[in-house]
Amino acid sequence: MSVTDDQPGATTGPTREGYFGDFGGSFVPEALSGALAQLAEAWRTAQKDAAFTEQLDRLRRDYGGRPTPLYRAERLSEAAGVEVWIKREDLAHTGSHKLNNVVGQALLTARMGKPRVIAETGAGQHGVATATAAALFGLRCRVYMGAEDVRRQRLNVVRMQLLGTEVVPVDSGTRTLKDAINEALRDWVTNVDDTHYLIGSTMGPHPFPTIVRELQSVISVESTQQFDFQAGGLPDAVIACVGGGSNAIGSFAEWIDVDGVRLIGVEAAGEGVGTGRSAATITEGREAVLHGSRSIVLVDDDGQVQPAHSVSAGLDYPGVGPEHAALARSGRATYVAATDAEALEGFRRTCELEGIIPALEPAHAVGWLLAHGRAALGDGARVVLTMSGRGDKDVDEVLEVGGFDVGVAKAFGEDAR
Amino acid sequence: MTAADVQGPAAIQAAFDRAAAQDRAALVIYLTATYPDPATSHACMEAAVDAGADILEVGIPFSDPMMDGPTIQAANQHVLDAGRTVSDQLGFVADLRHLDVPTLAMTYVTIADTRGYARFADECADAGLSGVILPDLPAPEAGPWVAEARRRGLATVFLASSVSTDERLAAIAQVSTGWVYAAGLLGVTGVQSVAGEVTAELVTRIRAHTDLPIAVGIGVKDRDSAAEVARFADGVIVGSAVIRAAGDGDPDGAPDRVHALVGELRAGVAGR
Repeated sequence: MSVTDDQPGATTGPTREGYFGDFGGSFVPEALSGALAQLAEAWRTAQKDAAFTEQLDRLRRDYGGRPTPLYRAERLSEAAGVEVWIKREDLAHTGSHKLNNVVGQALLTARMGKPRVIAETGAGQHGVATATAAALFGLRCRVYMGAEDVRRQRLNVVRMQLLGTEVVPVDSGTRTLKDAINEALRDWVTNVDDTHYLIGSTMGPHPFPTIVRELQSVISVESTQQFDFQAGGLPDAVIACVGGGSNAIGSFAEWIDVDGVRLIGVEAAGEGVGTGRSAATITEGREAVLHGSRSIVLVDDDGQVQPAHSVSAGLDYPGVGPEHAALARSGRATYVAATDAEALEGFRRTCELEGIIPALEPAHAVGWLLAHGRAALGDGARVVLTMSGRGDKDVDEVLEVGGFDVGVAKAFGEDAR
Repeated sequence: MTAADVQGPAAIQAAFDRAAAQDRAALVIYLTATYPDPATSHACMEAAVDAGADILEVGIPFSDPMMDGPTIQAANQHVLDAGRTVSDQLGFVADLRHLDVPTLAMTYVTIADTRGYARFADECADAGLSGVILPDLPAPEAGPWVAEARRRGLATVFLASSVSTDERLAAIAQVSTGWVYAAGLLGVTGVQSVAGEVTAELVTRIRAHTDLPIAVGIGVKDRDSAAEVARFADGVIVGSAVIRAAGDGDPDGAPDRVHALVGELRAGVAGR
């Protein structure tokens, strides 16, 4: 927890109330003002409370399986022409990095005395993590999920339901993550007295981007130590996929002030930058307000939010967290994009070369690295790549979209339907 | 009449004063611009005024209206799907100048911010609007917008909620001109009914901070709820119910349906 609101002028973290440079703020209906102030206060006091930190650490270790390993991926390195160290968030409980944030916010929910949580989810990973924490803490839980995402991430819908959570498909708008967030915000405006909105990414109104960043920074707190111990010295680059940007901000956090380490965020380019079927927000978007903060957003000249497109439900979002917008503008981090096709290639190669079935989201980072890593970073560059989740949830979608020939399994699957 | 009487905060104040002189609350009617189509919408605006609306709120659609329930969301989406731009909407508004009531734009901060606050204020004032309501722009973030609105003489109406602290109510009163908008419930538009007691208390709390009129919206849908709110507020705002009247059924009948509903609401605000 290196940065707080009380340190204006710090090189990282927010400066004026809830702002990262020109980005952030709190653009929400007045009805949420009380809940956001209460959350900021709960967070402030929790950070000073040794019992909170102890509880968080214990849950992460004993329940969540942290620390996650840092692993040198030999065969993938050979294929990419750079030395790839994989930060294995896919091995954490619930199968992604999402629990890091959720456990912390669930503790805050308990401290605020609220009996109910709501969440949005795209790929379902944040929904599953929230459903898990709700079960663990005895909270009522409702998760909003775009109807299109319910279809393509069916496994995670079933997992949430098994965990006792009510999953509400959202049929408005583009029927994806953006619309799930709108619906969650409407629920929160209505039920703010007894409900905490457990936002899953480093987005939304202040103080969410800061809280989520700090809770996810455990990824780089571990990886800085692990890299030093296992590899020695500093990596040349840290790379992570970016939708809203929670795993990326957690992966970057401890490296931001370290000179010489490049930070690379990989957005989803869908069918390609410039095709109008992309989710590469920083690459293609402009400054605008979405979901409570000012950041970079895919909007048209009127400010109407444009539909994003990505094969990955978790990256299929037309906005990005405000700190990423600030890191992009300052040049401290670089944001690139990988197409659906590159992501599917990254997915396939990670399976075949490393025995790891990755989620489609980090498969974008792998795909970019395979296609562009050597040229961009230099032969043999040392790279820490965050494998933010595992890919069980994506298997059906990959078979359908990727057209992979899985032989007997495919034939069997069709017979079984 | 001087220019200030027909446009801007003074015109809004005059509308509240006229209602008060008749011992009733002012009636503020929300309609989404060009919904369900420009001609029908224009006729609905005229019908609303003819039936007794004192002030019009004209909705300029945004793709992600987080304060709106299903009715206004659908109206927004309908207009966006028809390909109408913000410039089209403002052009539509400019054709309402003949109506003898102040008209305000209701939209989201993203629309104003993307255009640039200065340009948006210019275009709204040039279209004859008296003010702008941005329900997702809270007072602490409002400085830059308020400066541009003041420059062009536009009223800035801000929302207050039952959860607002007194400190925030003071800040809301500070940046508001025209009126202060008291939310009638915790929730989005067009779903639940106004929380009478809680809202009456909110109105009392707001009065401690301002002499501006206080109008209540969200949760007012018919004559009875309008009458209930009119007992403690200076104005009553109705949106989703009017949108349903405009949009449900044959467009040719929309102006008559709006006229009938607004007439009922007008009887409600007079029945306190």
